[in-house]
Amino acid sequence: MNIVVCVKQIPDPASPGALDATTHALKRDGKLILDESDAYGVEMALQLVATAGSGEVYVVSMAPNGETSGMRTALAMGAVKGLLVSDPALAGSDALTTAKVLAAAVNKLGGADLIIAGTESSDGYTGTVPEQIAECLGLPSVTFAKKVKVEGSVLKVDRQSESGYDEVECTLPAVISVTAGVVEPRYPSFKGIMDAKKKPLDVVTAGDLAVTPTGWAAAGQKIVSVTQAEARKAGQVIEDDGEAFGKIVAFLENLKLI
Amino acid sequence: MTINNIWVFAQASGGAATTGTLELLTKARSLSSKVTAFVGGDASAIAASLGEYGATKVYATGDLAGKLPGVALSAAMKSVIDSGDTPDVIMFPQNYEGRDTMARLSVKLNRTVLTNNIDIADSADGVVATTPIFGGNVLVATAFSGQGPHLVSFRPKSFAAEPAGASSPEVVAVVVPDLGKQGGAKVVAVHTEQSSGPKLDEAAVVVSGGRGLGEAGNYSLIEDLAKILKGAPGASRAIVDAGWVPYSYQVGQTGKVVKPSVYIAAGISGATQHMVGMKGSKNIIAINKDKEAPIFGIADLGIVGDVHKVLPKLIEALKSRS
Repeated sequence: MNIVVCVKQIPDPASPGALDATTHALKRDGKLILDESDAYGVEMALQLVATAGSGEVYVVSMAPNGETSGMRTALAMGAVKGLLVSDPALAGSDALTTAKVLAAAVNKLGGADLIIAGTESSDGYTGTVPEQIAECLGLPSVTFAKKVKVEGSVLKVDRQSESGYDEVECTLPAVISVTAGVVEPRYPSFKGIMDAKKKPLDVVTAGDLAVTPTGWAAAGQKIVSVTQAEARKAGQVIEDDGEAFGKIVAFLENLKLI
Repeated sequence: MTINNIWVFAQASGGAATTGTLELLTKARSLSSKVTAFVGGDASAIAASLGEYGATKVYATGDLAGKLPGVALSAAMKSVIDSGDTPDVIMFPQNYEGRDTMARLSVKLNRTVLTNNIDIADSADGVVATTPIFGGNVLVATAFSGQGPHLVSFRPKSFAAEPAGASSPEVVAVVVPDLGKQGGAKVVAVHTEQSSGPKLDEAAVVVSGGRGLGEAGNYSLIEDLAKILKGAPGASRAIVDAGWVPYSYQVGQTGKVVKPSVYIAAGISGATQHMVGMKGSKNIIAINKDKEAPIFGIADLGIVGDVHKVLPKLIEALKSRS
């Protein structure tokens, strides 16, 4: 069973985000890392292939400046090969264009039995790309998967719902999006990190994939203003001296909640 | 542009239209006199309520027979659009079914999407949607360019649901087309997690716990406090991911958005994705041992202390009063 995992390389969430003054796009000029929410997809893919007993895990990504450091993390975890789409003409792409590009990248790798993505990225969180990829590829999809197994050619998923979860069965090939916490991502070993440096990682342009980049001009959306929201102010902060619970009681009393 | 025709992705739960649906309808009717509710399922029980909140017409697909809503409803919407009823804007809720349907439809129509919004306006710039970013500290207004239908989704509680008065919208049946290979996923069983007390997103008091509780067993402190205050227990993503409590307890960007009278955050540091889900609360009380925790930046009352000491004393004090 071959699996392609779609991963995003994002600015380190630990450092504060900033917008470009001209384009209002999120600045991505520093070092990018593997989005933590995609580590779950990589781990899930590795486990499913191990259970199946045969097959390989590939990763695809779209990023500016030929950035591959996040993809190398996925290769260090155990994926065998990567395909990066990097093209200045793709700057400013919306989620739909991103999905078209990633779908074309999956096809460039020869397709897959299963395509895995996170439910949403940690930086842009549009949250539509996995389902858009499925539509581009003409495949069924199961989003928000919290438990996944494959029996023969049937995918069995526990899919999160508003009130609990649904058991869903799906024919392969298919696309799934996996929630955080679905599996425990492994830490790359030292050997894995060294091996990852030698694993094949091709870099292609939108043109190589025959996708017409829309970029800023034709994304169908244009940022018209960026403003500061009215900030919520901090109130009283006190150190607990053993009696601070009384402050909470008084606070609730004042609101007539008790 | 002028919005002449607007659709709302409508959902029902337990035989009633969801609050989220009524919120979107209320906003929709302020933008257009022609508001259509698109129901993935049977609409007979909810049509009157949809009309009361602004729907002038209802499309209903009938039972989906185990098909996943995203693929089925996007195909049904596309077929209605192809038959000549083209909306200028389609409003979706920011939830599982809304997201999936909007995503599939965007490919079918080759139209962009704007998600996670909290407002929409019909302005000189065109149809403009407002999205909070960086934990809600910055608001980005984005205009759709080009032709509709413009696909836009909204976070829960972006608008207040207000009835407009009784009306009986026309209900039109819509057939879900053959989905072919894309319809290869089927729901074979439905599991509902039971919870007692008020619903998390409707409770006047919400008490949430985070990693600072130390271990899963200590979550009972949160449940006890919530019960005494007749509130609902909630959780940070960290302890949901750790498996301490079910996902339905999660407050935050990827969980529930809550706006109670009082929100008590215990052992929660205040990650951006959590604060997005609760900073609209009228009053916020935070208990955390790290005085640098971001949660104190938005709390009306902050206690720098150990939740294992503060919570039992608080529970004891409240019990002795009742």
